[in-house]
Amino acid sequence: MGATKVEPATALAELQETKPDRVTIVVLSGDMDRVMAAFIIATGAAAMGMQVTMFFTFWGLNAIRRKGTPSAAKDWLRRMFGLLNKGGAEKLPLSRFHFWGLGTGMMKRVMRQHRMPGVPELMQMAQDLGVQFIACTTTMGLMGVTKDSLIEGIDQLAGVTTYLAEAKQGSVNLFI
Amino acid sequence: MVKADVKLDTLGYFCPIPIIMTSKKIKELVPGQILEVVSDDEGIKKDMPAWCQSTGHEMLGLEEESNDSARVYKAFVKKVKR
Repeated sequence: MGATKVEPATALAELQETKPDRVTIVVLSGDMDRVMAAFIIATGAAAMGMQVTMFFTFWGLNAIRRKGTPSAAKDWLRRMFGLLNKGGAEKLPLSRFHFWGLGTGMMKRVMRQHRMPGVPELMQMAQDLGVQFIACTTTMGLMGVTKDSLIEGIDQLAGVTTYLAEAKQGSVNLFI
Repeated sequence: MVKADVKLDTLGYFCPIPIIMTSKKIKELVPGQILEVVSDDEGIKKDMPAWCQSTGHEMLGLEEESNDSARVYKAFVKKVKR
C-alpha cells in the first residue's frame, strides 16, 4: 500500500462535485403506479447526488397538470377528449384494478396506512430535491394544455431535442 | 459499538424515504460527525452502503435488532465532506 493512496470515499466525493451523474426519465404513462415508480427513482437518484431531469409527455403530462383544468382547445373533438382525460397528480388511476376509482382509492388507503407517500407527495419531494421538470410542448398542443394549467415549478417547456441533449449526457435513461 | 452524534428516526417508512431523509439530515452535520439512521425497512441493509458509495460518505456499520415481532436496523454513517 503506497503512501499516495487516496481514500476511495474522498475521491468519489470529489468526483461527484466536479461532474455529477445525470439521470433522465421520460414519463409517458399517466398511471399512478408507473408515475409513482418514476418519482421514487427520481427522488432516490437526487438523494444520491445525481442530477435528475424528468420529461413529461402524452399521458404523463396529466401528472403535472392542475386538477380540474379544462382543455383550452377550441374544437369540439379536443374538448370532448379533455373532458375524458383529466389531469392532476392526485387523480391518476392505477394501471390495473382501477375499477372506476374504487381500486385506486383502496390502494391509496393501504398506502396511507403504511405511511407510503402518494404521487403528489413524491412530486413535491422531487421538486424540493431539485429534480428538473420538462413538459412536452407537442403533447400540450395536441391536448390543448396551456402553461397556466400546469402546476408551478415546471422548469422548461420543450421538445425532443432538449430531452436528447440531456439524455446524451446521462448515465441512466429511463422510459416509463 | 459505534457512538453516533445525531440520530435519525425513519421507522415506518419505506424506500426511498429513509434515504431521502438521510440525504437531508447529513447536510446539517459537520464532516467527521456520525449519523445513526434507524429504520425497519430491510432494504436499508443494501441501500445505505450504496448511497454512501455514490455520495462519498463513509458507512461505518449496520446493527440489527429484533424488537417484538419487528426488526430494526441501525445504520451508522460518517459524514466525509460538504
